[in-house]
Amino acid sequence: MTRAVVRQHVPSKPEREPNVDMTARLASLALPSPVLTASGCSGFGSELDGFFDITRIGAIVTKSVMWSPRSGRATPRMAETPSGMLNSIGLQGPGVQAFVQKDLAWLMERGARAVVSIAGGSVEEYVRVTKFLREVKGISALEVNISCPNVENRGQVFACDARAASEVVSAVRRAADPAVPVFAKLSPDVTDIVAIADSVVRAGADGLSVINTLLGMVIDTDRMRPALGGITGGLSGPAIRPVAVRCVWQIRQALPDVPILGMGGIRTGLDALQFILAGANAVSVGTSVFNDPSAPIRVHRELAKALEERGFGSVEEAVSFAHRPEGYEYEGEPVE
Amino acid sequence: MPIQTRGEVLDVKRAGAYHVLTLTAGSIPDQARPGQFVAVAIGGGESGLLLRRAFAIHRVNSRGVYGGTLEIVVSVHGEGTAWLADRRRHDPIDVVGPLGRPFSIPRDPINCVLVAGGYGSAALAMLVEELHSRGCRVDLVLGAATEDKLFGVLDSKRLASTVTVTTDDGSTGLQGRVTDVLSDVINRSAADVIYACGPMKMLQAVAGVASSHGLMSQCAVEESMACGIGVCMTCVLPVIGDDGVTRMVRSCVEGPIFRGDRVRWSDIGTVPVGTYGSTPLVEETS
Repeated sequence: MTRAVVRQHVPSKPEREPNVDMTARLASLALPSPVLTASGCSGFGSELDGFFDITRIGAIVTKSVMWSPRSGRATPRMAETPSGMLNSIGLQGPGVQAFVQKDLAWLMERGARAVVSIAGGSVEEYVRVTKFLREVKGISALEVNISCPNVENRGQVFACDARAASEVVSAVRRAADPAVPVFAKLSPDVTDIVAIADSVVRAGADGLSVINTLLGMVIDTDRMRPALGGITGGLSGPAIRPVAVRCVWQIRQALPDVPILGMGGIRTGLDALQFILAGANAVSVGTSVFNDPSAPIRVHRELAKALEERGFGSVEEAVSFAHRPEGYEYEGEPVE
Repeated sequence: MPIQTRGEVLDVKRAGAYHVLTLTAGSIPDQARPGQFVAVAIGGGESGLLLRRAFAIHRVNSRGVYGGTLEIVVSVHGEGTAWLADRRRHDPIDVVGPLGRPFSIPRDPINCVLVAGGYGSAALAMLVEELHSRGCRVDLVLGAATEDKLFGVLDSKRLASTVTVTTDDGSTGLQGRVTDVLSDVINRSAADVIYACGPMKMLQAVAGVASSHGLMSQCAVEESMACGIGVCMTCVLPVIGDDGVTRMVRSCVEGPIFRGDRVRWSDIGTVPVGTYGSTPLVEETS
């Protein structure tokens, strides 16, 4: 638990860089910023580089890559919803080999950190992708997108079953470079997310990405049909933020030491701060990038200011601070 | 390279069924080329409408009193476009652009027929100027359901050799579709190339007429998109590449201008059989 002491807000002068150590410690990683992008919301990084310097944020989390090239689903792939959106892309992508040769090579060349999200339709496919990536030097971490239908089990989503989720995570952990941390990305569409979190950590996950989208649906009332070509889709954006903060809180309470990358509807520095106070070691900015392509660097700036105003000297001090015991803030004088 | 800029609304004018917004937009007007578009954020930083709306850049003025300005044409059909039409002078507006690949411009002074449906003509105004300045002959065909849904008819007469107007209900011009008159216009003007912007069904029909005359067509598509900058993967459509392979390509970065004979118009809204990545490729061992 942190040693920071809550003080009154002291508004800082806007031109001065906040005096806060923004280093994020996430499993074995030390990132210069606790703000990352989110898989599927920032492509492979190059599109955002014109809007802000992508080497200044924690990492680019790349769009989930599978073994083979994928066309994705038919359109419409998107529906706007209150404070959010529904998407059904179907993991369109170039396949892991083209991804490594072109997209990942570009990110490395650019000097950006890359967290590579991987997906598969079977445990075997996850392992194949992982083994291929093992030969690539410089990947910061793997994020295992387990919200994929298991073709070998009636399309059951891996993330919704503790056993299937653990099987994938343990296979990926064994196949991956031991020096590269493996994060499991959890779905909130489960009865007990803590039970799944616990299982995948036991299976070898070095950290957890919390949360993936919520399954949703919109009916087009003109056509009187589902709005999306894929019928159902993943709900994201500020609409899901309270669900995501709750998931981070519950997992942190149950697993005090597990590294957590928190995400779900983060749009501002204060949104990011909620996740960190709830127990996230770092955060991903996802759907908000569609609204504001420079959102990750803006959230970083706003978060630094918000931390300083609350008397924190580093991001680390604020992690899980909302879990402190009753009355903690009244103990003693400021530490410095 | 596209930029994000906090601009300002300078003017909102009604034009038939549409609203024309004039915006300051940093260096976007200086960079913009015919066929490119901007993506505009709706409702400010706390807005519940997260997704940007894409609009063709109608006109630019890089040396105005307010620096560079650009115009977009808005057709109100939802909460987001209603918010835009409601803007007043000096309201702030967040603009990303210029986006997409522009129209290809011919090197030689050739004969060009430009076809627009509804306010698709907004995307062609800069092209008309550019083609005219290069000595091209420009003939326009503008169509809409009704007279009030036409856009820019008077204005186009300034530089075009001829302007042919069609409406579905015959409220002005010839009653019918743009494709009913397109062959005549092509023959009369000895057209070398066709440019078009409008609804998908119209583009499909125009691309078909162009092909039947052995002409190349360049079509600006209007596909719904969430980001406009190439990261969301929602605005895809099936397009045949130089290698003959169909791919689901993003209309925001690979488009919005496509060769009419390359888009699989009838298959939009599907992933056609044989599309790259649609079926597992032959498994290689590694």
